[in-house]
Amino acid sequence: MHATLQTERPLRQATRPYQDIGPGASWQILDPRELWHFRDLLATLAGRDVKLRYRQTALGVIWDFIQPVVPSFILAIVFGQIAKVPSGGVPAFVFVYAGMLGWNAFNNTLMKASSSLVVDAGLLSKVYFPRLVLPLSTILSTFVDFAITALLLPVLFAVNGIHPGLGLLLLPVWLLMLIGLAFGLGLWMSAWMVTYRDVKYALPVLLTFLMYASPIAYPASAIPPTLRTYFLINPLAPLIEGMRWSLFDRGTLLWGNIAYAGVFMVVALVLGAFIFSKLERRFADVV
Amino acid sequence: MSSSDLAVSIRGISKAFQIAPNGQAATTLREAIVQKARHPFQRTATDTFWALKDVSLDIHAGEVVGLIGRNGAGKSTLLKVLSRITRPTAGRVRLYGRVGSLLEAGAGFHSELTGRENVYMNGVILGMKRREIDRKFDAIVEFAGIGPFLDVPVKRYSSGMYVRLAFAVAAHLQPEILLVDEVLAVGDADFQKKCLGTMHDVAESGRTVVFVSHNMGAVASLCRRAVVLQRGRHIFDGPAGEAVDYYLRSGQVATASREWPDLADAPGDDVVRLRAVRLRTVDGDAGMSIDVRDAVGVELAYDVLCAGTVLAPGIQLYNDSGTLVFVAYDQGEPWRRGPRAPGRYTSTVWIPGNFLSDCGYALSACVVTMSPGEPIVHCNEDNAVAFRIVESLDGTTARGDYGGRMPGVVRPLLTWNTDWTPATSAAARVAAAQTV
Repeated sequence: MHATLQTERPLRQATRPYQDIGPGASWQILDPRELWHFRDLLATLAGRDVKLRYRQTALGVIWDFIQPVVPSFILAIVFGQIAKVPSGGVPAFVFVYAGMLGWNAFNNTLMKASSSLVVDAGLLSKVYFPRLVLPLSTILSTFVDFAITALLLPVLFAVNGIHPGLGLLLLPVWLLMLIGLAFGLGLWMSAWMVTYRDVKYALPVLLTFLMYASPIAYPASAIPPTLRTYFLINPLAPLIEGMRWSLFDRGTLLWGNIAYAGVFMVVALVLGAFIFSKLERRFADVV
Repeated sequence: MSSSDLAVSIRGISKAFQIAPNGQAATTLREAIVQKARHPFQRTATDTFWALKDVSLDIHAGEVVGLIGRNGAGKSTLLKVLSRITRPTAGRVRLYGRVGSLLEAGAGFHSELTGRENVYMNGVILGMKRREIDRKFDAIVEFAGIGPFLDVPVKRYSSGMYVRLAFAVAAHLQPEILLVDEVLAVGDADFQKKCLGTMHDVAESGRTVVFVSHNMGAVASLCRRAVVLQRGRHIFDGPAGEAVDYYLRSGQVATASREWPDLADAPGDDVVRLRAVRLRTVDGDAGMSIDVRDAVGVELAYDVLCAGTVLAPGIQLYNDSGTLVFVAYDQGEPWRRGPRAPGRYTSTVWIPGNFLSDCGYALSACVVTMSPGEPIVHCNEDNAVAFRIVESLDGTTARGDYGGRMPGVVRPLLTWNTDWTPATSAAARVAAAQTV
């Protein structure tokens, strides 16, 4: 096909740049040149998410704090005061809040990325751009979220006399791994949600389960030995523990499990990208 | 023109959609799982619908090409393939140059964002760079004429302002190949004129335009070349005027009665099937030409296959420039709320005489279940029948003694009532008013 078409026109035209459209797999998910070409769209979409978040709300950015503070408070009371779960030497609320920041980074990335295609269904069927731009654009608002809610930490640390050590330097590593994990799964879920809206209802249920299975309101050390193996299947566990290690300089890093989480993340990203690109060609026809 | 300045080369493009018969498609995971569990080794039974079948076209740089055809002929699908939104099932397209497609005015507009923010949002979605939008920003705002509302969320805009802003952004997109789908069908007449003017400018400046429209006037005036699509195939390619004539005269619409003798082929679903659409006058069956003074009867015969559904037959009347003149459905008693028993029904509706203007019409017939929200369409036959209204010049119609072309979508014969006050007393009253 390629060759026959080119011989049909004069030789001097053979080098004219053109775009080819065909049924084949010529549009791949990882076409960095094309993504770079659409960087302004990526930035504008990401900016839109941040701008729109609290438009026409009375409390505005305060909601950013209310969202993690209120559940942290409840969990701190239930786990710390009622169930008397140890909180590793720091006040229960501070302990839970740190875990909650890590959880929210994961949860928000996954939820926003997975619904990104369906939310902008109108765009999918009316305009061309690399579809990956939509889930990618949601990541910025996760970072903004994290940055804003993390501002409460220095205040909590000062009040309670907590001094983070050099481990703080590893904090971005845990954060990026949590977001990477969530993004890989989010790509997969977003592609599925285009055809099956069930994903939209199933995800929150699974995430509630996962939240309690993760060491947010309790330390990993509180898990009874009989359950420990199952507990550590969850790749979030060592990462959230790691976040608290970085912030409070307490507890131990589970290096083996961190390596496992890293492998899990890479597999999730590769598999997510693969499924996304495989289903991508049908998005506009199905959504 | 030589092949050296090709802008778009389309070779054997086909596009298939898989549609499940009788709406059996699995749209939820549960259905998909149940289907797979019942028939683990069988692929879900689907019918293949060819939206495009083996279309080949060469479009040269600087050409303005109109795509015309009935609803479902594949025009929009072809534009979607060209703009890379959907992939062809077979065939290959080559695009020589930057493509801008305008399939919807205001793609990506967000109601909470202000006009200014939406200009940027829409601009980058259409493929512009932010710097480019910075440069053109003032011109865009000027074109849209929304100055004072620039920093107001677009949800507060009137629909006219919204569309003007959307088109203004699109008008400043400067691709080498512009794909436009029916965007001119919105906005008021003044704005449409402005849009057509812009399209003219684009064409004048030597860029390539592919333009889908039901507005035959726009196609004939804007395009030099037009392509007629029918059921996914291109059946005519030539000068725009000839293409429009071909389309309007083609056998696909020109018949005063349609019948579906075989139930299996009749349009419809499991509830109702349309069996015949006939045009009548009070004297009997109508031909293709009907006098403007005569009432036009439209007779729909349909078979109700199962009991218990409330049904309303309906018609949509289009004139030959593609304008929807009106829609009407049976909202009378007893069928308005009464479920139908199975059997053959024949409904006739009368369009009054001295109401339509003298031009060609195409009539679509449907049977629906009405509800305050979206009606359920059981069957819909586009352009089921066609006719032409002819007007005599004997002075008894709304035209009176005028012999030229009368504009207007309809031409009702209205009753005028004029009161007369003799001049002398009127002058006296004016004088009286001045002295007070």
